Amino acid sequence: MGRPPWPLLIPAVIGMAFLVLPLAGLLVRAPWSTLPSRLAGAQVLEALRLSLVTATVATAVCLLLGVPLAWLLARVSFPGRRVVRALITVPLVLPPVVGGVALLLVLGRRGLVGQWLDATFGVSLPFTTAGVVVAEAFVAMPFLVISVEGALRGADPRFEEAAATLGASRWTVFHRVTLPLVAPGVVAGAVLCWARALGEFGATITFAGNFPGRTQTMPLAVYLALETDPESAIVLSLVLLVVSVAILAALRDRWVTSP
Amino acid sequence: MFRRLSRWAVAAPVVLALATGLSGCGSGEPAATASSPTSASTTAPAEATTLNVFAAASLTGTFTELGKAFEAAHPGASVRFNFGSSATLAQQITQGAPADVFAAASPATMKTVTDASLAASPVTFVRNKLEIAVPPDNPAKVDALSDLADPKVKVALCAAQVPCGAAAVKALDAAGVTVKPVTLEQDVKATLTKVQLGEVDAALVYKTDVLASQGKVTGIAFPEADKAVNDYPIAPLSNASAPGLAQQFVDLVLSQQGRDVLGKAGFETP
Repeated sequence: MGRPPWPLLIPAVIGMAFLVLPLAGLLVRAPWSTLPSRLAGAQVLEALRLSLVTATVATAVCLLLGVPLAWLLARVSFPGRRVVRALITVPLVLPPVVGGVALLLVLGRRGLVGQWLDATFGVSLPFTTAGVVVAEAFVAMPFLVISVEGALRGADPRFEEAAATLGASRWTVFHRVTLPLVAPGVVAGAVLCWARALGEFGATITFAGNFPGRTQTMPLAVYLALETDPESAIVLSLVLLVVSVAILAALRDRWVTSP
Repeated sequence: MFRRLSRWAVAAPVVLALATGLSGCGSGEPAATASSPTSASTTAPAEATTLNVFAAASLTGTFTELGKAFEAAHPGASVRFNFGSSATLAQQITQGAPADVFAAASPATMKTVTDASLAASPVTFVRNKLEIAVPPDNPAKVDALSDLADPKVKVALCAAQVPCGAAAVKALDAAGVTVKPVTLEQDVKATLTKVQLGEVDAALVYKTDVLASQGKVTGIAFPEADKAVNDYPIAPLSNASAPGLAQQFVDLVLSQQGRDVLGKAGFETP
């Protein structure tokens, strides 16, 4: 194959530096001497635990709803499919804070659906941990849907056709043939989705508010720490980064088989 | 996977600035001009014609109006505003952001800047008092601060890290009222939004925010608010690129015209 060509190598190195240097900046500026005492605060662990739990639950919700949605978009032709596909990417382009307001307008106590939820079941999502999950899932689901749909479109349809000609129902084809075929795409989508949910800030603080132990996830804690104590904000950011990178690296080795 | 960083859009500029050690560059010579800023405008030929004013978010309406008046009175000069949380603005200024004037919503945030020797002798130009904000139909029938202690009343407060939150804590302490808020919002506008949308029954916000909402929330004054009055200091910055204009803008804010504009918006002038 020879040496990588310069027109690819140079932008690649610049791109890598662009993504990695801010992280190096955090490491350089971290207040290492006071790090242990800053980490000992109960609120840090509380926020970290809440972040990990909500991001994981949000990813589960996205898998449950997003994989069937991706399948529908890739395998079933119905009128308005292109419009639906475009609409699904809305949370990607919407500023998350606007997403949070939109969620309030629909699921809030006086929202279109929320009003009814409140009156019928006495359920009010804003300011609850469930609300955090809703906000994270709203913002993160498009990542999963898009990567699973891409995988489905790339999968060879002949396997599914063969299964169908042998008498398998569409459901059997889906879970015995299609799903195993696109598993790497689903895992990649789930990882993206989890990472996005973990870093979610705008929609969460707008829809679920900010209360330690209940709705204050790590990004919210970082933002508020920045108001008074930037060094604490750096520490919190580092904790979030280290934990999430460690988890993703561990998952990658276990689930994603590299070629 | 590091792209997650970009989600902290608000934090990014500060973190980046910290990261790259931007602080030193551009801020050179903590000039002596600050001591005699008005004379500097005549002596320094390189005086910039754009004035960068960093002001607390709660000043958005009034300062925009004063900025227009300033431009009208100073042909050729243009005023650019950076409105935001006072704490964030203070961080930006200490990290070398180009600012000529800083108007903060609390003495504590101004102190960050004076401690870094970037401003001298700030002046208190207005005071802001808290009010209870409730939706117009007041669903929880709130009419005094003590009503907020009722666990059935959903209350939003600002987080203690931001000025309106600190003031709320002070007022509640003074009244001896214990409130279990459902959320501690990141700034006063976010707190107000929760009331406007009817997600909470009451919140503690500034009187000026109640007025600015133009009837979308109802304000209820309470006597303990006097114990938690928030002073707003303003100061020209010592490394301003337009020191003359900076001092003139501060003078405008402190003038009768400035007081009129600010008073109309609900601020109390000292």
